[in-house]
Amino acid sequence: MIAADHEEVLERVPLKAEIDIVHIRQLVRQRAKQYGMGLVDQTRITTAASEILRNMYVHADGGEATISAVSVQGRRGLLVTCQDQGPGIPDIQLAMQDGYSTADSLGCGLPGAGRLVDRLELASTVGRGTTVQLLKYLP
Amino acid sequence: MNEPSVVSKIPIIKLGRYLLVPIQVDMTDHMVGDLQTSVLEAIERTGAKGVLIDISVLEMVDSFIGRTLSGIARMAAIMDAAVVIVGMQPAVAITLVELGLEMKGIDYALNIENGMTLLNQRLREIDL
Repeated sequence: MIAADHEEVLERVPLKAEIDIVHIRQLVRQRAKQYGMGLVDQTRITTAASEILRNMYVHADGGEATISAVSVQGRRGLLVTCQDQGPGIPDIQLAMQDGYSTADSLGCGLPGAGRLVDRLELASTVGRGTTVQLLKYLP
Repeated sequence: MNEPSVVSKIPIIKLGRYLLVPIQVDMTDHMVGDLQTSVLEAIERTGAKGVLIDISVLEMVDSFIGRTLSGIARMAAIMDAAVVIVGMQPAVAITLVELGLEMKGIDYALNIENGMTLLNQRLREIDL
């Protein structure tokens, strides 16, 4: 997981229904804009968050998303943390492979999301849940 | 122009031989799925030869939305209608390519007018 020198939680939102995916990704966009990201970076982190939130909704029946302003090794960034108490991911390496998918979703979800941000961290325990962190540095 | 038929808040407007689908909202996955069904039903009902899906308002296209749009295009092709996606924002185009999503079977145009020209050309080629 990403070790932040400093973290200020901006939003903490439960993901329970499908509409929450839309709501949370709009919050990510608003915060990205507020913290000075350009249009392309706003779109990147919003799209990455949408991929992870959908995974959480489909595979873990929901969870919680946190948006934070962070400082990581002296660099400022926006951190989106998606946490669920779902079934967990048995083989993380496999899940991070391009083209791998369990839900017939073309399998560009996790690795694709990773390409859109500066760091993607994933921690998962089978039977306990999964946490995915997306970090995008501020310009 | 006929009365627009509103399904899931996304209108499908008949414009001569074509259908215009202006997506004006940030869609839930459910709405995206409904859109697929309602576009195909509208093609059947109207016999439209082309569909222009305007996504100029969409600030984000993720893999689910992209995959569904691609699905609509391939299904419409089987029903003898061509699909053109119009108005994609540059940031969305960049993100889609980086995401690694291949949207097969779709044509793109910068705006509705260009999309219409593209469909007209397509139909002329078929008529010849």
